[in-house]
Amino acid sequence: MVHVQGLRCRECGREYEVAPIYTCEWCFGPLEVTYDYEAIASAVSRESIAAGPLSIWRYQDLLPVERNPALDLGAGFTPLVRAERLADELGLGEVWIKNDTVNPTNSFKDRVTTVALSKAVEFGFKTAACASTGNLANAVAAHAAHAGLPSFVFIPADLEQGKIVTTGVYGGNVVAIDGNYDDVNRLCAEIAGTYPWAFVNVNVRTFYAEGSKTLAFETAEQLGWETPDHVVVPVASGSLLTKIAKGFSELHTVGLLEDEPHVRVSGAQATGCSPVETAWREGTDTIKPVKPSTIAKSLAIGNPADGYFAIEAVRETGGALAAVTDGEIVEGIKLLARTEGIFAETAGGVTIASLKKLAESGVVRPDERVVAYITGHGLKTIEAVAPTVAPTAVIAPSLDAFHEAFPSIEEK
Amino acid sequence: MAVIVRIPTQLRELSGGVSEASLEGSTVSELLSALETAHPGFNERLFDDTGGLRRFVNVFVADEDVRFLDGLDTAVGDGQTVSIIPAVAGG
Repeated sequence: MVHVQGLRCRECGREYEVAPIYTCEWCFGPLEVTYDYEAIASAVSRESIAAGPLSIWRYQDLLPVERNPALDLGAGFTPLVRAERLADELGLGEVWIKNDTVNPTNSFKDRVTTVALSKAVEFGFKTAACASTGNLANAVAAHAAHAGLPSFVFIPADLEQGKIVTTGVYGGNVVAIDGNYDDVNRLCAEIAGTYPWAFVNVNVRTFYAEGSKTLAFETAEQLGWETPDHVVVPVASGSLLTKIAKGFSELHTVGLLEDEPHVRVSGAQATGCSPVETAWREGTDTIKPVKPSTIAKSLAIGNPADGYFAIEAVRETGGALAAVTDGEIVEGIKLLARTEGIFAETAGGVTIASLKKLAESGVVRPDERVVAYITGHGLKTIEAVAPTVAPTAVIAPSLDAFHEAFPSIEEK
Repeated sequence: MAVIVRIPTQLRELSGGVSEASLEGSTVSELLSALETAHPGFNERLFDDTGGLRRFVNVFVADEDVRFLDGLDTAVGDGQTVSIIPAVAGG
């Protein structure tokens, strides 16, 4: 059952019927799905959710689309891992890692893609497309292949090789653009106006973005229907952070959480592309676009369309934004891997390094229950850490050689 | 010489359905004024109450966001194209 009322502009409030449109025709503001929350409240319970599939589709009543098994590779319901050793290193108390590296194509983009393409098929689209920094490319190519849909994926030509291979392998069209992500995005806005395709993050974006709420839903359910005190979320367009904040609040609106949640929402960016952090730090209402230069390519959106709403969510909840250097990102990846056994892509390094920074500055406190969102797998950006990781020793295949390499290890 | 201003789908109702207008002007500001004169109704869609571009409206001159250039005062040379494009995001 879909409980959608319509679409509403977040800027000027104009209302629209459900359609594959993504910006307000009046002011170009982004559109938001509106729901009949009373109907959802009477349809869902903790029990009905627990009886649902082990994927984001257990929360279908809170999504703007029917489940389409042809487009379901099993995104979501990823582990929430207690991170005691990381917490100790950071001087924090209760820290959890939402490990979204283990999605079907190893990033949170599977959540938004399964929602977007299910809606696209409802609308009658026959071709899937997207502009991507890599993770979305993987997810769209895979879901389109699973559904038997042709796909067109547009990426910046300088993307990590891993992300090109893990997109192309699914057999759709991969178009590398000689430019950065913002160039790709702009071209796609024009292509989306020209071809009758479902661009998951352009004309189906309003529905696509709703998939990110499931990261908040799962977190609360996995904490026994409680919320964290503080979450740290990587920021590219700002959509993920905004939707995680919305997700916690919706759970209360529909009666799944008894108490109104007070989740402080903090954001993480790379200094090489930190327009949202800069605007927040300077206290301005204008986000000045930047030309990205960072190893965190999945966060390299220089002109973030949802940045204003991300700043709003951070301000309203008493969170903060942090920005970290490429060196800190690599250290962040290695810190998480070393302490928790979770290998994150560069965006995860941004999140962990930002969590560290926010803990050091006292913004994230030791008395808080903290969740850090790790949104993509380290194998996707192996170049980032490859130069700093090597075998501990290279030896001949003999016991003597081993003794020589590790003389201080006690024998049994 | 005239400059081509590209009009996004959302605003083509104002331009009689056409996707481009050929206009005279040497800055973005002059060209957008010429656009308003040719097809009244653009101004209130593109500009906020303070007279600046609405925050979800992007204007490009020769593929460069005018926010990186001189904003509305950005010079537009002969043969360059001005594009009006809604902000989009993804990842």
